[in-house]
Amino acid sequence: MTHTPIAGLRATQMTYAALDGAEQIAVTDLLRAEDIVKTFGPVTALNGVSLRLRRGEILGILGDNGAGKSTLMKILTGYQPQTSGKLYIDGAETVLRSVDHARALGIECVYQDLALANSLSVYHNIFLNREILYPGFHILNNRAMRREAIRCLEEIGVYIPSVDAEVGALSGGQRQAIAIARAVHARARILLLDEPLAAMGAREAALIIDLILRLKAEGNMSIIMIMHNYAQTLDIADRIMLMQRGQVTYESDARSTSVPELMTIVRREYQHFQLHKESA
Amino acid sequence: MARTLNTMLKWRELSVIVVAVVLAVYFQIANANFLLSNASLQNLSQFIAPVALIACGEVVLMIGGEIDLSAGMVYALTPFLMYFLTRAGLPAPLAIVGALAGAAAVGAVNGMVTVLLQVPSFVTTLGMLFLLNGLTLTLSGGTPVGVDAGPTLAFIMGRGGYAEFVWAALIVLVMHFMLRNTRWGLHTIAAGANPTGASEAGIRTRELKMVNFVISGALAGLTGILEAFRISSIDPTAGGTHIMFLAVAAAVIGGTPLAGGSGTIAGAMIGAMVLGILNDGFTLIGINAFTFDLILGGAILVAMLCNILISRYRRRMAVS
Repeated sequence: MTHTPIAGLRATQMTYAALDGAEQIAVTDLLRAEDIVKTFGPVTALNGVSLRLRRGEILGILGDNGAGKSTLMKILTGYQPQTSGKLYIDGAETVLRSVDHARALGIECVYQDLALANSLSVYHNIFLNREILYPGFHILNNRAMRREAIRCLEEIGVYIPSVDAEVGALSGGQRQAIAIARAVHARARILLLDEPLAAMGAREAALIIDLILRLKAEGNMSIIMIMHNYAQTLDIADRIMLMQRGQVTYESDARSTSVPELMTIVRREYQHFQLHKESA
Repeated sequence: MARTLNTMLKWRELSVIVVAVVLAVYFQIANANFLLSNASLQNLSQFIAPVALIACGEVVLMIGGEIDLSAGMVYALTPFLMYFLTRAGLPAPLAIVGALAGAAAVGAVNGMVTVLLQVPSFVTTLGMLFLLNGLTLTLSGGTPVGVDAGPTLAFIMGRGGYAEFVWAALIVLVMHFMLRNTRWGLHTIAAGANPTGASEAGIRTRELKMVNFVISGALAGLTGILEAFRISSIDPTAGGTHIMFLAVAAAVIGGTPLAGGSGTIAGAMIGAMVLGILNDGFTLIGINAFTFDLILGGAILVAMLCNILISRYRRRMAVS
């Protein structure tokens, strides 16, 4: 059902091998977006955004509220179509028709609200809309889902006191972990995380960061994270992208930039914008 | 000890069962004929059945934060649809099916207006309540009509002493199972608990809600037909808001919060029993109808309060 650790290891080695040859890098682009524009009536939410996600990497997208991060996310999950621009998955141009279509291609998103139903158990949440059913009927096979949920949580190293517990009773970190487990169990290749560390205490955040890094180390997953916190992003991500007012204003390897540098860029852009506004 | 308590709390319906048993014992002591005579037991079952049936539909909607205020008027209209279809020459069983389709269609209209036009169901079904009441009174000219059907069919459809209760019990069992153990039930609860999240998970929450309005309409229609057969007469003023509010009360007493997100069909059935026991019990010991409403109102408030306190306690227990 899920990947064995050995298969995961092999995939990691393959990714690194591919990265050795510079000309092969294009091939390792799992997801590429070119010149994405999204308008809502007179409002332009995305104004020509391009991005690439390499196999096995973590891309952090930083930006203030209203920068267009969530809109970009919704386009990548097939939740809404872009006005113009192209998406490539595995190098092939793809038009995402729906969330289900994106899912079938291995794109999973963990939204900020986590899409969890508080009054349902942990295992029902992990299997929400992907229930294991008895053949022929739409009757839930609760025993199989329970067993599989325990296995899945164990595999990604998440401890939840009981899979029978109602999700509403769990902590923010545990809930985030369950939402991620759901995506992992769905065999996501591209995992989109919308503010995975928002409103989380230091201990909880550490648990989630640990989980994200472990998923990366297994090598089957490429991750795009929308983040607010610069320092945390530089810690976890391989590459970062800065979005401002619907555009990508800066892109860099996470190791070759720093929080002060990012702050300077943001401030400069902001001043530039203010000047532009005054002269207009 | 704590563990037993925990298990008990997990089983939401338990607190209502306790209330029902305590009430039954009290009335049995106060009046020896309360439960142990066939006539009064049958009487009780005939109070519980229609309330429980309509409550099934209300629970399913209330989980999604919706309500069907028109259920009592669907209940009044459907037997007339059956009557007119019979008069038009349809055999009785087909007329019943046709009338039920009409009831389901009312539910579909409720659902479509609520979901597609995004009118709160409270408003949609409030409008439908008056509309259907007017329609039923116009169609019937305000006078009751008789029911024509063969004796066997009539017996099955409600004339038999416990026939309606058997229908109610069967439908409650099926609906309870479906809500707990099918994809539809899980999705209904998920969509009620987190509508955005459920649609982000790919659940078609709008279609689901429309289907649930249809279920509520059809069940209200079936209840109306069963009652018509039971009393052998189709009365344009039957049902109405009283039966609908009793059903909502049964759902609430049984543990389904009005705010949605969770709910239980079995609980609503027991809630209907509590209402029935209160009604019959007080009648038998000679308390008048005014006092009954006073007690019913109090019971609903207390049940709501218990519901909130218990769910808060369950949360706390689960965390520690």
